[in-house]
Amino acid sequence: MTGSAADGTRGSGGPAPGGYDLAVIGAGPTGLAAAVTAADSGLSVVLIDASERPGGQYFRHAAPGLAPRGNPVHHKRATFAALSARLAAHVRGGRITRLPRRHVWTAEESGPAAGPERWTLRHVPVDGAPAAPTPADGIRVTRARCLLLATGAYERQLPFPGWTLPGVVAAGGAQAILKDSGALPGRRIVVAGSGPLLLAVAVSLAEAGADIPVLAEAASYTGYAGRLGVLARNPAKAVEGARLAADLLRYRIRPRTRSAVVRAHGTDRVEAVTLATLDRDWRPVAGTEVRIACDALAVGHGLVPQLELAVALGCTLRTAPDGTPAVEADDQQRTDIAGLWAAGESTGIGGVELALLEGRSAALSVAAALHGSVRGRGPRAATARQRRFADLMASVHRPGAHWPQWVTQDTEICRCEEVTAHELRQAHELGARDARSAKLLTRAGMGWCQGRLCETAVTCLAAGGDGSAPLAPARRPLSCPVSLQDLAESAPASGPGPATTSGTPGTSGSPAL
Amino acid sequence: MRHRAEPPAEAGPVRFAFDGRAVAARQGQSIAGALWDHGIVAWRTTRVGGRPRGAFCGMGVCFDCLVVVNGAPGQRACLVRVSEGDTVTSQEGHGRDGLGS
Repeated sequence: MTGSAADGTRGSGGPAPGGYDLAVIGAGPTGLAAAVTAADSGLSVVLIDASERPGGQYFRHAAPGLAPRGNPVHHKRATFAALSARLAAHVRGGRITRLPRRHVWTAEESGPAAGPERWTLRHVPVDGAPAAPTPADGIRVTRARCLLLATGAYERQLPFPGWTLPGVVAAGGAQAILKDSGALPGRRIVVAGSGPLLLAVAVSLAEAGADIPVLAEAASYTGYAGRLGVLARNPAKAVEGARLAADLLRYRIRPRTRSAVVRAHGTDRVEAVTLATLDRDWRPVAGTEVRIACDALAVGHGLVPQLELAVALGCTLRTAPDGTPAVEADDQQRTDIAGLWAAGESTGIGGVELALLEGRSAALSVAAALHGSVRGRGPRAATARQRRFADLMASVHRPGAHWPQWVTQDTEICRCEEVTAHELRQAHELGARDARSAKLLTRAGMGWCQGRLCETAVTCLAAGGDGSAPLAPARRPLSCPVSLQDLAESAPASGPGPATTSGTPGTSGSPAL
Repeated sequence: MRHRAEPPAEAGPVRFAFDGRAVAARQGQSIAGALWDHGIVAWRTTRVGGRPRGAFCGMGVCFDCLVVVNGAPGQRACLVRVSEGDTVTSQEGHGRDGLGS
């Protein structure tokens, strides 16, 4: 496929021949809201996402024709249906080009010689073959004038002995595979960790037919009670909470706060877990352990913003109240880099309502920057109110200082490289004080996942066992595994080129270079 | 009202082979989802300890669910959809023993 053929995949509506006005990375709630709002404003948009179908993790849904009876509630179905309809209309009208099944592995800012297309994005296809191949499948490079990072988040994990056993799955992971494929990891599933996602996961799994013997929340929900004003100004959150509470009652799921799974038992798969009561700093209280039989465990401790591209581009970051790094963005979602916006979970975990608002704000800000005028302005008061609620939630569920006390010496911390807590504690003795030094001494974080699963634990163990140590932003120059061929075919961006170009397997370069 | 997840027996119509055994899946399922339906939660062994692993993050981040699909190792079972006639095999170690490394 050639550059010009690829160029043909973009619509005729774009005002800038040879490039898109806006590239949106991520087609979750943020990216969808941003893409359709920008297209409404007359911009040409390219929407790049790792999934075949738009929606991200929150709006993840089963393939057409796959309608399992035990399918979970699709949250905010009407919102997603409306966004999908607008997206489809803009794709038909040529305003939005979708590039599904892609990981953007690097974003580069081009020099002035590149013309108005400041940004060059390089991407690779995800695993597997597309359901319906299109000419756009070969595209490897995309150029755009403005860039919005809507890269979302992944789950935070706090390891415990036995967490690598099959049948122990991430809470959001269990929900993702249920939403996507209608399947459950077991019949009797303990749900544990921290954060509001656990409530939704427990209800989804129960709705699909699983028994949930216990829902263990490490934090205490009384943390919300001290901030009733913030709750009162977000009545929708109270309603959402009440609905979840009713669902939990319906399935007889009793959340047990200040509790954690401190061990998973089994040889080739999980057979039981040990639950313990925690003190206010998440230290297991001796003598409170109970053993609960189960054939699966869904576990997670909140979310971590996905920041590879933002870090590589040098965005200023902040530490959110949950201890995770997030992109610093202003009230129009602008970062401190010209032409670069960030919204949704990448600017701090805040949930779907905030993501939708920020996506829209970002798009209106991009339109204002490119055209100097906009239809309406971002919903700034509502966004600020939601952000205050998000900050409250983040502080309530921030891991306590003493959770590493449930980590035994033989607990595997880095799942990829099979590095134990003992090795990491030794690294601390040798002088490692941060995750990077610990990685160089032990290989923890050097495997396939590039530390996404163990970074929190490695940070805390390198800090001498301080469970509330803030997570430093990880530097991952390639945001996903890239083949040597794709690396060889890339080169620094130079000169104006077509909006999208394809890599050509088996040859030495792509037409854009 | 309480639902039961659909039993694999009614699943059809896609059929694939997992470690030499014929397995039914529903159209559009990921490999991970199809295997979960059959009670299978491990399809990889680790490089160092030879320990069993399966799907964990469910969204392509952790790479714990790597599997060999039609001879190609290193495929994420949570992302790859089952196709009729696929041959799926557990991945041992780095999955490239066939290269003689």
